[in-house]
Amino acid sequence: MKILFNVLAVFTLLLLGYGFCQAMYIAPTEATMGDVQRIFYYHLPSAWVAFLLFFVNFLASCWYLTRRSPGADALALASAEVGVSFCTIVLITGPIWARPIWGIWWTWDARLTSTLVLWLIYVSYLVLRHYATGGQVPVLAAALGIFGFVDVPIVYMAIRWFRTQHPQPVIGGGQGTGLDHTMWVAVLWNLAAFAMLALMFVLIRYRQALDEHALEEAHAQASLDYETEGAQ
Amino acid sequence: MTSPTLWAITRRSLVKDLRLEWRSKDAINSMLFFALLVVVIFSFGFDPTAEESRKIAGGLLWVAILFATVVALNQTWTRELRNQVLDAYRLSPAPPQALFLSKTIGNFLFVSILEVLMVPLFVVFYNLRSVGPVWQLLVVALLATWALVVNGTFFAALSIRTRSREIMLPLILFPISIPALLAMVDATTSILTGDNSPIFWIRLLAVYDLVFTTVSLILFEPVLNAE
Amino acid sequence: MNDPTPSIAAPLSSEGAAVSVRDVVRHFGRFAALRGITADFAPGRLYVLLGENGAGKSTLLRVIAGLLAPSRGSVRVLGSSDIRSVATRFGYMGHAPLLYDEMSAVENLAYFAALYGITDRARCEDAIRTVGLDPSLERRVGQYSQGMRQRISLARAIVHGPELLFLDEPFSNVDVRSAKQMTSLLARMRDQGTTIFVVTHQAAIMEPVADECVVLDAGRLVAREKGIPPRLLTPYLAEERAALRTNMEGA
Repeated sequence: MKILFNVLAVFTLLLLGYGFCQAMYIAPTEATMGDVQRIFYYHLPSAWVAFLLFFVNFLASCWYLTRRSPGADALALASAEVGVSFCTIVLITGPIWARPIWGIWWTWDARLTSTLVLWLIYVSYLVLRHYATGGQVPVLAAALGIFGFVDVPIVYMAIRWFRTQHPQPVIGGGQGTGLDHTMWVAVLWNLAAFAMLALMFVLIRYRQALDEHALEEAHAQASLDYETEGAQ
Repeated sequence: MTSPTLWAITRRSLVKDLRLEWRSKDAINSMLFFALLVVVIFSFGFDPTAEESRKIAGGLLWVAILFATVVALNQTWTRELRNQVLDAYRLSPAPPQALFLSKTIGNFLFVSILEVLMVPLFVVFYNLRSVGPVWQLLVVALLATWALVVNGTFFAALSIRTRSREIMLPLILFPISIPALLAMVDATTSILTGDNSPIFWIRLLAVYDLVFTTVSLILFEPVLNAE
Repeated sequence: MNDPTPSIAAPLSSEGAAVSVRDVVRHFGRFAALRGITADFAPGRLYVLLGENGAGKSTLLRVIAGLLAPSRGSVRVLGSSDIRSVATRFGYMGHAPLLYDEMSAVENLAYFAALYGITDRARCEDAIRTVGLDPSLERRVGQYSQGMRQRISLARAIVHGPELLFLDEPFSNVDVRSAKQMTSLLARMRDQGTTIFVVTHQAAIMEPVADECVVLDAGRLVAREKGIPPRLLTPYLAEERAALRTNMEGA
């Protein structure tokens, strides 16, 4: 298990390195935006990975509510935490890119806004996990996780329509338009690397959450055993 | 001893809640006063005589209602926690969904009363008149109020099991409610100004209501019995 | 008024125990409130659960009644492991009153009876008379004395005529006369076949009517005895606990 994990870690690092080369040196410089466009190779994969993790959180939440397995709860927690981290990267890289290109840090662009709302929903999920007490945390969190995920398509619909109703200064070309072939290669390599990285983080947090659970169990068991001795 | 039906229990619980509220006036008084405060403070914050203010009146109105709703929602389950009455319900064979529905309908009525009192204030302070048909505003109000209270009632039940539950409720309710809030504000503004068609927003609110009423009814039982 | 005791449902199936508990453990965080309790309780008897504060009496009652899920172990009530399927057949009187302060006794009972599908107001009034109060009293429960409130609480627990009854500290702040009335009512119900569990730290009140006492200490069942022996009537002392433990080991 340990060895497998280390192999995975090395593999992830290699992928990240290769993805970095692809993004920084191999992919051509974008004609109008210049080098700052290269941040896109991190922006897009982070977004996709974050969305994937939120989906994992949803599945784990459903699984927990039906089976009540501690593993499902650990997975839900791990995927939400790592998902929020990647979502944060999206929200930070977005403005860094927007500032030189659009001349503004933030715009209520449909995709950016939806991502922000998503980020808020899953941060509130983590806040709930922090504030809820006792053994009921997993149930409450799972319920909120399901609510959050069900909300995602509604958020997208609402914000798309919101944007079409409120025209904004014309911004040349969306992010995804007119990508060169080599640019796509760079995107895909980085997507693979980020997906592996996310998997690693989720695995680590999953193990930790399970260990914490086991520790609680052990403490509880210890308090049982202690009294048994005391009674004799 | 016939098995109690969902609707019969919902009705009984609703009548019981209304009777208790009538006698104690826990929720409605604080909610009404809070709403009045919000309207007055908003009038200072956003000059009501300015022409632009009227364009954002829809937004102000719904944000004010949202805040006041949170005050009412926080009261929803306190009454059930006093004397641990909730235990008596959990022990009975009555369906948990009936309890949820009765609370949601009760909150719907409270917030509707609040709107009936608050809207005239806004109309007066912001000198509003609607370009679009008023019946559309009514449809928006009904759908939007349900959207706020259905999730609000569920999350209030969720937060009674957390530390500092009064602050917990808005923290988990607001993010999820963003699309509904967007829809109610834009629909209201569209109708008031007559610039756009509110039909998309009304549909979105209807979908939102349908989806979250279903999800709440499914998930209420595990949340109620999480102890 | 001839037969004030609520009608008792059909007697228990021959399957045996009214309540059967197997290796029940309940944690609150790292604190173990119940540390592996196994016991069977025959129907038609009146059990008194004794023990110090924090011994796990109330927790055990809540686990049996399905208000708390056990961390480990299993509970069967009236032959079923699904408590909701037997919800109409048992009653529970909590430590807190489980009543709405702003409603009168009859209004309270009418609401809770409706949860059990009972819409007959006469049955609610009967239950109130059974506990020795006047159903025509208009006062709200919040203005009742503690003793009256406890009795209404008992009426709430028996309004649907349960064959199994759990009472958590029914005599706290109750005057002696009310307590006597309540115990004789419990004895009558037991004689008609109801299985009754009473958690209390006032053993003396239950002594005349108890069939069996069950002693809990630090989350364990340490003794079961016929009636309530005199040494358990006085407040619990450390030496007696030690003595009980030795008894258990000897057994």
